[in-house]
Amino acid sequence: MNFLGVILLTYLGLLAVTFFIGRVMPIDPVLAIVGDRAPEHVVQRVREELGLNKPLYTQFGIYLKKVAQGDFGTSVLTSNPVMTDIKRTFPATIELATLGIIIGAGLGIPLGVWAAVRRGGMVDQIVRVMGLIGYSVPIFWLGLMGLVLFYAKLDWVAGPGRIDVAYEYSVTLETGFLLLDTARQGQWDAFRNVLSHLILPASLLGYFSLAYISRMTRSFMLSELAQEYVIAARAKGLSETRIIWRHALRNAMVPLVTVVALSYAGLLEGSVLTETVFAWPGLGLYITNSLQNADMNAVLGGTIVVGSIFIGLNLLSDLLYKLLDPRTRTR
Amino acid sequence: MTKVGWEEQNRSLMPAPSDGHGPAVSGIVLASAIPVTRGIASTSEVRLSIFPKEFFVKSIFIRSAAALAVAAAFALPATTLLAATPKDTLVVTWAIDDIITMDPAESFEISAGEVMGNSYDRLLRYDVNDPSKLVPDIAKSWAVSPDDKTYTFEIKPGLKFASGNPLTAEDVAYSLQRAVILDKTPAFILTQFGFTKENVKDKIRAVDGKSLVLLIDKPYAPTFVLNCLTANVASIVDKKLVQANEKNGDWGYGWLKTNYAGSGPMKVREWRANEIIALERNDNYWGTQSKLRRVIYRHVKEAATQRLMLEKGDVDIARNLTPQDLDALAKNKNIKTTSTPKGTVWYFSLNQKHPILSKPEVREAFKWLVDYDAIGATMIKNIGVVHQNFLPVGLLGASTDKPYKLDVNKAKALLAKAGHPNGFKITIDMRTSQPVQGMTEAFQQTLKRAGIELEILPGDGKQTLTKYRARQHDIYIGQWGADYWDPHTNADTFARNPSNADDAKSKPLAWRNAWDIPEMTKKADAAVLERDANKRKAMYLELQADHRKNSPFVMIGQMIETAAIRNDVKGFKIGPTSDATYMFKVSK
Repeated sequence: MNFLGVILLTYLGLLAVTFFIGRVMPIDPVLAIVGDRAPEHVVQRVREELGLNKPLYTQFGIYLKKVAQGDFGTSVLTSNPVMTDIKRTFPATIELATLGIIIGAGLGIPLGVWAAVRRGGMVDQIVRVMGLIGYSVPIFWLGLMGLVLFYAKLDWVAGPGRIDVAYEYSVTLETGFLLLDTARQGQWDAFRNVLSHLILPASLLGYFSLAYISRMTRSFMLSELAQEYVIAARAKGLSETRIIWRHALRNAMVPLVTVVALSYAGLLEGSVLTETVFAWPGLGLYITNSLQNADMNAVLGGTIVVGSIFIGLNLLSDLLYKLLDPRTRTR
Repeated sequence: MTKVGWEEQNRSLMPAPSDGHGPAVSGIVLASAIPVTRGIASTSEVRLSIFPKEFFVKSIFIRSAAALAVAAAFALPATTLLAATPKDTLVVTWAIDDIITMDPAESFEISAGEVMGNSYDRLLRYDVNDPSKLVPDIAKSWAVSPDDKTYTFEIKPGLKFASGNPLTAEDVAYSLQRAVILDKTPAFILTQFGFTKENVKDKIRAVDGKSLVLLIDKPYAPTFVLNCLTANVASIVDKKLVQANEKNGDWGYGWLKTNYAGSGPMKVREWRANEIIALERNDNYWGTQSKLRRVIYRHVKEAATQRLMLEKGDVDIARNLTPQDLDALAKNKNIKTTSTPKGTVWYFSLNQKHPILSKPEVREAFKWLVDYDAIGATMIKNIGVVHQNFLPVGLLGASTDKPYKLDVNKAKALLAKAGHPNGFKITIDMRTSQPVQGMTEAFQQTLKRAGIELEILPGDGKQTLTKYRARQHDIYIGQWGADYWDPHTNADTFARNPSNADDAKSKPLAWRNAWDIPEMTKKADAAVLERDANKRKAMYLELQADHRKNSPFVMIGQMIETAAIRNDVKGFKIGPTSDATYMFKVSK
């Protein structure tokens, strides 16, 4: 009950802030609809149709009322209902982000553990350098370099976009997740093609989260390995493998879950530059493009989705906490 | 702790905590405690923001990255791998995020124009090989009454829409009436002939299903009227199909925004905003059938990505390459380029509300302070030419006079005469995209030589435009494309300003720069009523000469659209306007 109230309040705050920022932005939303050439009377008419001549709080009230009825409005850029657009763009981002986080966490955690155990050693140095590169190299540059090397020169992966044109109309979109759709329809050629398109941008995003996750894992592990229970375990004569993986990592997992969840949430927001370089029709590009055109229905719809991701993943990591850490379980 | 990394060493310099532990233990406690707090600090840095971090990175970085990537591409050994597109499908990469509608009564964007040109018929078109000539489309013939106010078109018999419905004069009348009544952005191209919501059903009429009659309010130059009827807004829609999808008397507007109801050589199969447009051959088309079964436009915003895909053979045509990309591609044997001058011009404009910029000498001085040659040779190389008149070459009466060049001394003398021998400070609003950015930076350098300090205010396209439209700029760098293929389109905006009041009904470019020109407005109005094409041409030449000398517009160049295409593509030609790039004539 209390919890539900907090969530509602969060959404309300999120919408209010986005709404008012959108309205004070120095971009005329009418411009996106009628263009630069429209005669003045058309501009005025559209302004009235959108209700932009009403006071801000009235506009916000009207918007909230519609949202409460499940109507998120229509995007002026795509002419589609905002939810239709999000249903189309979000799966593209989820597919990319999920594969990205699997790569990032799947490699980042073991690497971080290793680096902590062999602190100052070769692996530690490599992880540190990788982390530094991950932090400092712009993602679009790495993306273009990846395309030049693996796509243009080596031909290991397929190019930008989600699927080859040849398959574009042979796959029926059901869920919007192309891997799932192609697999369900038994189109394995198309499935391989989709995977081939996915692997490079996903590795790229994976690398950037890997850089962060491995650094964090290393820190958490270092702190755990210095605990007295580890000394006790060693004194008891437990094997080092068991100490590291069963005892230390399990404790380090608790804060690590938050790190991974937030990295995942960050990827789910959509990485605009990755999406630009790879011509990936995802959520990040959709929201950015809408924002640049002051297409506020789309921006607000996107905000709700992004807000839900963060709230959802926070809840999920709370649940995982309880699973991983007996002390947080309430009786 | 035999091996200690830099982190731990740094930590040991910190004072030991006073919790009673010995120094050796406290070292461990510190080294272990601090990374955890750092960890928490870092996680809290993850922003709950809808703006992805990268949003704030300027596009200029993308450009430099692109340049690096391209350099790297040539450093690596070339391979001969080819991933060809299907033989009957043409794949085009193009930035198509400007499209907001598929309804020809509303559509006014560049890439949408091309889709309309391929998928909708109109009464007549201009000849792409000689834009001053008109050719019939679905009209068999046309006649203009002696008083120049009644136009009669006879429609070709036996035509069909893609849907299979017959196409008659009824559909033509419906389409034009619909555009006038919906009154969306491009409707002014039709309503300037006196059509209104109230009178359009009388003024645009179908007669016995075979011919169409238009009654216009003034004896305009027939070339002007006919030229306007070649525009997208005069496209013919399928009356039966649109009416079947009408809701609450909306003339099918809600439906046609994302659907198709035409009769052109290609039909629109799908438009997924910011992603793809798929055109397919219309088997019901009356004319020569398209050789291609399918044309796919893929939205790719980044030029470097477009180039990679083209070189790889994943696409057949790339439309948004930079001058540098095009230069580099000249060496590639598998790729050729094609270009056409467009009806788009670039200009700097000086707001006449500004006390200094409104002085005639200052206006002229600015025209001598642009390094036209350098801009032509670098920033707009392959994508434009220097042009100093408001009418782009290709339109009736366009002047090619180029009196201005960089002449700092002349400019200084003019500035001294205006009372500013030491220059002044001024701002320019610039959208952060090329070639506009490069031209502005070059302008900044040349202005400095005359003592004028130009502060650049960069912004997103819609942002700078919002400011410009509100007349709040000092200087603006703009780009203007012809709305239809007649000189009046540009004269209307550059050389007409019926009212300079803040709440004026019409707000052309002259208004945006607060340039009050009652005399010139009259001249422009007279030119559009001149029936004799040669006299009309002379009138436009005179207008341009006056404009060149006195206007607050510093005209810089005319756009040339260049596309890079793979060698096996035949018959691709970019049209002077976007709706005249005909994909149905392409084969491979």
